[in-house]
Amino acid sequence: MTKLACPRETYGKYLVQVAAKDERIVALDADLSGSTMSCLLRQEFPQRHFEMGIAEQNMVAVAAGLAFSGKIPFVHSFSIFLTGRAFEQVRQSVALANANVKLVGSSYGFSDFGDGATHQALEDVAVMRVLPNLTVLVPMDAKEVEEAVDLALKIDGPVYIRISRSPMEFLRKEQPGSSLLEPSLMAEGQDLVVFANGLMTKTALEAREILAQEGISIRVVNVSCVKPLAEESIRRLAADVQGVITVEEHSVIGGLGSAVLEALALTPKPTCLIGVQDTFGQSAQSHEELLEHYGLTKEAICERARFLMGRGQK
Amino acid sequence: MEKRDLAYLKSKARKVREGIVRAIGVGQKGHLGGSMSSADLVTALYFYKMRHWPDNPSHPDRDRLIFSKGHSVLAQYAALAECGYFPVEALSTTKQLGSFLQGHPERDRTPGIEANTGSLGQGLSIGLGMALAGRLDNRDYKVYVILGDAELAEGQIWEAATAAAFYKTDNLVAIVDHNKMQATGKIPELYDVGAVALKFASFGWRVLEVDGHDLAAVVEALDEADVSTGQPVAIIAHTVKGKGVSFAEHVASFHNGALTAEQYEQALREIAQDEV
Repeated sequence: MTKLACPRETYGKYLVQVAAKDERIVALDADLSGSTMSCLLRQEFPQRHFEMGIAEQNMVAVAAGLAFSGKIPFVHSFSIFLTGRAFEQVRQSVALANANVKLVGSSYGFSDFGDGATHQALEDVAVMRVLPNLTVLVPMDAKEVEEAVDLALKIDGPVYIRISRSPMEFLRKEQPGSSLLEPSLMAEGQDLVVFANGLMTKTALEAREILAQEGISIRVVNVSCVKPLAEESIRRLAADVQGVITVEEHSVIGGLGSAVLEALALTPKPTCLIGVQDTFGQSAQSHEELLEHYGLTKEAICERARFLMGRGQK
Repeated sequence: MEKRDLAYLKSKARKVREGIVRAIGVGQKGHLGGSMSSADLVTALYFYKMRHWPDNPSHPDRDRLIFSKGHSVLAQYAALAECGYFPVEALSTTKQLGSFLQGHPERDRTPGIEANTGSLGQGLSIGLGMALAGRLDNRDYKVYVILGDAELAEGQIWEAATAAAFYKTDNLVAIVDHNKMQATGKIPELYDVGAVALKFASFGWRVLEVDGHDLAAVVEALDEADVSTGQPVAIIAHTVKGKGVSFAEHVASFHNGALTAEQYEQALREIAQDEV
């Protein structure tokens, strides 16, 4: 039986654990601490959790001031408000100054399915990735959420961590010395390579099973660190296959797919980008319903794979 | 304050103004107006009020000064140079390619600069973060943030004002350089936020009003803010844009204007003769 974990709960608990060991860690939230789970830190260390009200711009710049004074602030909101509403504060007060601020965006993609387009961040990776100094992490499971926090603490500078609201299966293998900075080979294959992250890595592994029965062998690579992208590794993993597929719960503009294409620009391969096709989301009854509606499915991956192998239409 | 100390501060204010002019130089645009209106405030902070160590700019107990109106950082550069953070001669490299003195403040490049500002409206929030950190660490430093009056149109200022009052950060002092001008002209004619003192008071701040060019009065207000407890303090400093250079006073084009060689010399001459 597969083991599921809710990444935001794992995150909230783990933040308390690391904060217990490092007094410099503080947290800020904009009235969403019950969703981002920074509320757990507030229960444990009330003096080190700042409720900043529904004022994300101020919150992000306050975090910069805390960082300039030796603190390690973890700043919380939904992905869209943190990276969208406060984009300029992230750029000017945080990224430009290389402030040691950790931005934790919750409920990205379609994981806040019911709330609709205003709450569904499909462009956060793009707008964070374009900023110098920022590291952008998209964990594929709860274990990687913990590793993302560990990595963020090792980096003396700004980090954006994207955390889903939906439960995720544990996929991360214990590999001593492995780092989220490096793409991880999830399953080997000879014909095509699929680069995925977040919830989509699991979907890619499911597609691989279906394609194997049709005689198409795909390599699945999880890319949790979209920036800085390990470009050499991306090129190496794409060197001996006929085509490339990228899958992400994000717009096809500016996210993982764009980053992979940039890495492969000098050694191009036929590439298909699976993601949200330059459109906003909408409300639905479940996360799965939206993933299905916007084509973020194992079937979509299979269809693209067949096309790249010359077996499908289009 | 003793007459002797006041004379000392006045001499430092002249040095700051001279430094601003040298940083702008001849033939290149520079933010003269707002730097000059802040010059006496900066002088009172660096040469009277603030506890700071020019040979150790990152001393954890230093008082902090953030120019939220980052375009007026020339006044801060001039004061930092006069204090010995870097040579006064470096001022003339301001805005040159590769210079550690950028058009707007950058903390990683310039000793004594605390934050990257210039995108208006963000400095008070950064100062609040420093004030909260000081409280967590039981350090008694003060954080001073100089705001422009036109900058008060930025909504984030009022987010920060709300949060500072809620958290009762009495180690945070906002100083409004109230020169009644914005980049494009006179505030009352163009866009007036209005009732500045009343606004801060209603947000929960203690408010002091002062003539921003009366050094004795500025010193008195800073001392008063220092001992005030239980709430943040806003000092509304009434100033004149371009103060100290006759042809630039109240003139919008010198918000960011270039000096001719004649104007450059005239400005230095007037500053040297000025009794403030």
